[in-house]
Amino acid sequence: MARMNMVQALNSAMDVMLGRDPRVVILGEDVGYFGGVFRVTDGLQRKYGEHRVLDTPIAEGGIIAAAIGMGVNGLKPVAEIQFADYIYPGFDQIVSELARLRYRSAGEFHAPVTIRTPCGGGIRGGQTHSQSPEGIFTHVCGIKVVMPSNPYDAKGLLISSIEDDDPVVFFEPKRIYNGPFDGDPHKPAVPWSAHPRGEVPDGHYTVPIGRAGVVRAGNAVTVLAYGTMVHVAEAAVRHLGVDAEIVDVRSMAPLDVDTVCTSVCKTGRCVVVHEATRFAGYGAELVATVQEQCFWNLEAPVQRVTGWDTPYPHAFEWDYFPGQTRIAAALKQVLEAA
Amino acid sequence: MTPRSRLHVPSPPARPGQEPDFSYVQISPAGAVNCPDVTASARDIENLSLEMVRVLGEDHRAVGPWDPHLEPQELQVGLRHMLLTRLFDDRMQKIQRQGRISFYIKSTGEEAVAVAAGMALQPGDMLFPSYRQQGLHVVRGRNLVELMCQCLSNTHDMCKGRQMPIMYHWGKGNIFSISGNLATQFPQAVGWAMAAAIKGEDRIAASWIGEGASAEADFHYAMTFAAVYQAPVILNLVNNQWAISTFQGFAGGEHQTFAQRGPGYGIPGIRVDGNDFLAVYAVTQWAAQRARQSGGATLIEQVTYRAGAHSTSDDPSRYRPKEEWRAWPLGDPITRLKQHLITLGEWSEARHSQLEKELEAHVGACWKEAESYGTLTSGPFLDPLTMFEDVFKDMPPSLVREREELRALRTAAADAAPAAPSVAQER
Repeated sequence: MARMNMVQALNSAMDVMLGRDPRVVILGEDVGYFGGVFRVTDGLQRKYGEHRVLDTPIAEGGIIAAAIGMGVNGLKPVAEIQFADYIYPGFDQIVSELARLRYRSAGEFHAPVTIRTPCGGGIRGGQTHSQSPEGIFTHVCGIKVVMPSNPYDAKGLLISSIEDDDPVVFFEPKRIYNGPFDGDPHKPAVPWSAHPRGEVPDGHYTVPIGRAGVVRAGNAVTVLAYGTMVHVAEAAVRHLGVDAEIVDVRSMAPLDVDTVCTSVCKTGRCVVVHEATRFAGYGAELVATVQEQCFWNLEAPVQRVTGWDTPYPHAFEWDYFPGQTRIAAALKQVLEAA
Repeated sequence: MTPRSRLHVPSPPARPGQEPDFSYVQISPAGAVNCPDVTASARDIENLSLEMVRVLGEDHRAVGPWDPHLEPQELQVGLRHMLLTRLFDDRMQKIQRQGRISFYIKSTGEEAVAVAAGMALQPGDMLFPSYRQQGLHVVRGRNLVELMCQCLSNTHDMCKGRQMPIMYHWGKGNIFSISGNLATQFPQAVGWAMAAAIKGEDRIAASWIGEGASAEADFHYAMTFAAVYQAPVILNLVNNQWAISTFQGFAGGEHQTFAQRGPGYGIPGIRVDGNDFLAVYAVTQWAAQRARQSGGATLIEQVTYRAGAHSTSDDPSRYRPKEEWRAWPLGDPITRLKQHLITLGEWSEARHSQLEKELEAHVGACWKEAESYGTLTSGPFLDPLTMFEDVFKDMPPSLVREREELRALRTAAADAAPAAPSVAQER
């Protein structure tokens, strides 16, 4: 099996799908000749031609709208929005059109569009290159929302997304494109080649949408995390030496309620971790679900560890980023509660 | 004195109680505008965006290079479609006033914009209309009963009770689903056309938005993408002078024509008399031929007038002269085509009244049938549990749970009130 980083795994997913399905087209800013600012589409235009891998004008609303039209006309477009921070001009097309088309036409029309977009901070990107807007999209009915935390899941989930007949917003945590990140910016970078989930099959396989993954089994407390924060949580748990179960939520919508709640009912304690801001964030949905399904098993109030409710500050990145210290403090609090 | 800037706020030439004034509408004489080859470059035909393509003259004869030379039978079909659209609209408006549907939007005065354009296209061409082109459904032979059932949200509603009246769609007829969000369909049509070109098909797309909606970013997206990829698409900008109460000056129409925006993007812009059936047909045919030959998109400004209210929720007497419509210099598309046919000796007032009666009876019969499938107030009703379908292709567990919750609530309510209305099981 090949060793891939997340960029290569995503590239491989699109390569596989472009090769298998003539309906698949890639479009976005800088994705063609150049291969994308993060190199995720590197070489694909050369291999499949400029009618399959299209550079577009800088117009996110136009990219999404064109992808919808293409989807209605039988193609399976994969649109790249260069940074999740730039997705908002396309918001109306996603919310009012892409998400609603099947519903409003009672199933006569639909657009199987996948929107790939890098998200999250930790790259000195400031507020315009660091946002985690997944919660804005999970609130919209009619679209699926996923975020992988490793190369294996990235490829399998992207193939699932492209094959899905419903629209999918696919968030790529760019801090871990090249290697897992435990939240400590002062440590040397670790490559994916040393990580078990950096082993990625060359060909076609899927990781299903709607299923969470248990990345570490444990009995004392459940940590619900996704994207970069899975690795930060793992490190915090390791350093603290607690018997935590870490669930990689992976598919935010639809949510794998069974995996999440089975774990929390077993451990009786839960910490929810995400990089996005706290108020009305996706974590609130997780906490509410846990409260509804696991209330009589809970031994302590559920804690949230999130980004602060401010824009992502450039100079104070590591005071903003919900790192190991904050996760460890929340774990202790939850574990020490009566 | 220090120079100071002063904010310009556009104002229509006439308000209620004032004389209508359409002197701002520049009109070319019929037959006066050249008809270039469809391969002409946008730059060489910029005059088309300033002048106005017109075929029907004051004497009701077709003149000039844009005359599409249609057979009288085709003209009669066009007249029939426009008349049917108008009578359908009139009937639905009355029905709304009686409280039997919640809302309606007429296309009165703008029938040619949909009907003539629709007839100039091929059945496989994909249409992305706004909410005022019901004439497209008429052209493509849609059973009016289906449109009425949609407005009624009844058991035969194509939208299954999910959309306000007039938000039709027709997969088989290649007419896209209408969105209430303005102009979103414009760049989608371009994407559809790009896909047709990627696949190497000869089908093209056509879309319609109002001049007011051309202020949306989506217009700019559509024009940019259409120009960049030379997408096979016809972009119709229906300038009916009014966006609810906002006159076309607020969309930028004071300083240049809407068609002039085309050449700015490298796309031909054609300004056409939107109430001249033959002119609309001809420019659509021209643009379709250009698109099919890989010549790319055309922006067509359809100059017309919204004779009715914006919708049944609107009262135009509060913001424009009551009789403004009668002063509209481009007249009524139905009257003009009728007079043309009479001049050709292919029509008569008697035949016209006869047709009107026949179509009125047809609309009436359709309404009777539509009502038999349920109304807003009397059954049979759609099953509310269908509201959970089609959010996704397959219903996720969370929606199954919500559906079962509603089912239980409805069962409990039905048990409490044994006279609950009957539910038609659609599936």
